[in-house]
Amino acid sequence: MIGVDTIVQGVLLGGLYALFAAGLSLVFGIMRLVNLAHGDLIVMGAYLILILVTLSGLNPFLAALVAAPLMFGLGWGLQRLVLNRTLGKDILPPLLVTFGLSIALQNALLEGFSADSRKISAGGLETASADLGIVTVGVMPLLTFASAIAVIVGLNALFYRTALGRAFRAVSDDPVTASLMGIRPAHVFAMATGVAMLVVTVAALYFGMRANFDPAIGPARLIYAFEAVIIGGLGSLWGTLAGGIIIGVAQTVGAAVNPEWQILAGHVAFLLVLLVRPRGLFPRAVD
Amino acid sequence: MLTRRRFLHTSAATGLTLASSHLAAPALAQGAKIRLGYVSPQSGPLAGFAESDAYNIKAFLASEAGANFEVIVKDSQSNPNRAAEVAKELIIDDEINLMLVASTPENTNPVATTCEAEGMPVISTAAPWQPWFIGQQGNPGDPASWKPFDFAFHYFWGLEDVIAVFLNMWNQLDTNKSIGGLFPNDADGNAWGDPNVGVGPGFAAAGYTLNDPGRYQNLTDDFTAQINAFKAANAQIVTGVVIPPDFTTFWNQAKQQGFAPKAATVAKAILFPQSVEALGEAGHNLSSEVWWSNTHPFASSLTGQSAADLAAGFTAETGRPWTQPIGFIHSLFQMATNVMGRVDDAADPEAVAAAIAATDMDTIVGKVAFNGAGLPPFAAANVCKTPLVGGQWRRKADGTFDLVVVDNQTAPMIPTGGVMEALA
Repeated sequence: MIGVDTIVQGVLLGGLYALFAAGLSLVFGIMRLVNLAHGDLIVMGAYLILILVTLSGLNPFLAALVAAPLMFGLGWGLQRLVLNRTLGKDILPPLLVTFGLSIALQNALLEGFSADSRKISAGGLETASADLGIVTVGVMPLLTFASAIAVIVGLNALFYRTALGRAFRAVSDDPVTASLMGIRPAHVFAMATGVAMLVVTVAALYFGMRANFDPAIGPARLIYAFEAVIIGGLGSLWGTLAGGIIIGVAQTVGAAVNPEWQILAGHVAFLLVLLVRPRGLFPRAVD
Repeated sequence: MLTRRRFLHTSAATGLTLASSHLAAPALAQGAKIRLGYVSPQSGPLAGFAESDAYNIKAFLASEAGANFEVIVKDSQSNPNRAAEVAKELIIDDEINLMLVASTPENTNPVATTCEAEGMPVISTAAPWQPWFIGQQGNPGDPASWKPFDFAFHYFWGLEDVIAVFLNMWNQLDTNKSIGGLFPNDADGNAWGDPNVGVGPGFAAAGYTLNDPGRYQNLTDDFTAQINAFKAANAQIVTGVVIPPDFTTFWNQAKQQGFAPKAATVAKAILFPQSVEALGEAGHNLSSEVWWSNTHPFASSLTGQSAADLAAGFTAETGRPWTQPIGFIHSLFQMATNVMGRVDDAADPEAVAAAIAATDMDTIVGKVAFNGAGLPPFAAANVCKTPLVGGQWRRKADGTFDLVVVDNQTAPMIPTGGVMEALA
């Protein structure tokens, strides 16, 4: 009974981690860019949604719809103007630039929004619960999980069913040859980061409704996203979902034994997977 | 630059000021201003504690007594290392006469330790006295080695007061006396959750059972394990010392998973109205300890304002709701004025420290006198306890919250505004 509950809650938590990780996975899969500012971008998205909710009184879900194109534009510009200049043979410049971006974002948010801890209010939805017979789960975690699946299904469709997706895969495999075929990698990369920021908006929506956030909270959320991406195998979106679920379940099971082991259990699961499958569970291609 | 001190040095050496040779006359009577150093976390996660700094310092300097003082403020950036560093700058470069510090052990301890080492008198507040006193000892684990301080003085309440206040509030309700405890793996959580010297033994003595599933990491995303443990123990009360994001996660998950205690009394998470407002309706009737409120029956000796006036003035000036630290920050400047009024030479640290130790005054947070009342002998010389009561957050129609004092058995002079209500 408690055992089933622990697993179910862990799986739902995995949905949240997968949402955090999907954008990261996308960007990494296409351009081998590790975006250290990913957590701060999620926090920034949460503030953007919060502003829209406060100013216009919109429902948070509608506010996220309004925020999404803004975030897309921001991602596009960020990649086009900043990150594209750092890509190259050396993996260090993008790391350093995104690290700097992370610090700059945190301080800009602190300047603009103060250190107050804020939250996006979702009214009765926050505490609504659904009785599934054996277990009682929250409606919000269920929605989060469903959204994570929807995001991954959507991204997969984009990757494998559209011309843009073909371009994504082409530049990911070999940007030089792809550009010979008339694909402009700089533009494709910018589109990819834009799409990643759409995913960030969804993550920000659920993150902001789930718990309080403040400008400094982003990096703490980044580590699980990284682990989910690595466990799943670089570039595999379904793998990222699996990675998120593995960490989520490991955490809740660890906590059920003793809350001291909650975070540790997630990290141990990550190390175990790396030990058995150094390239992750579902590595997409040989790099 | 010609500073007051350099002027005194040179003038004394050259005998220029033979006419005014009474340099030992009371500092207040001289033209030179007394320099107060103040270290405060004006940015970073603890910034909420410092939001009334500007308001209080302005009011202090504008008061009659304040005209004799100069306040030098340094931002600790919520970082203990930086707090110690700026404390040193204040002592050495700014040549202050007295240090003031507040806002959690992260800020008070490094400053108080630096001052003690440098022989600079310091008045500290707004941190429970155990982490302040014991936390500064060379070996916190060995009570026999604890030593009193010569220059560091502190006024606030302690864990024993929190235990009493929480118990009084719960005794107002009809519960099964089973408590669920949320204690994170940090300084506060380990102190509160310690099975020997934490809150557990105090609760047990009053017939309550504390179910403590264990230390969790701050910024945890899931509290299913704790919720299941509390359900299994049939806990009707939840307590703990939780950071705001974690309490929101826990509280929402508890409701989602069908765990509905009769009382949730937590420290830290719901100290500021902003954090409670973030919870929305779920914040109604959450309870916590109250160290200062706008209904406390005390007044300021500096401005003559009552607690209500001070709180209302803050809201009028900043447009923000009053918070508990406001009264304590104000009281620091009352203390400084009172102490300096009783010393002959503000530049003599020994005399200033002696004057602090002899303090017996009414401040806006209650009576402050270092007479050891209610304290174990080892802390009696350096610590004074201020009153602590219990309060509940009541949600108003417009979505804002009022902190209502619901139990005053520990400090009967503070009026209650209602009785403890069970959570719906």
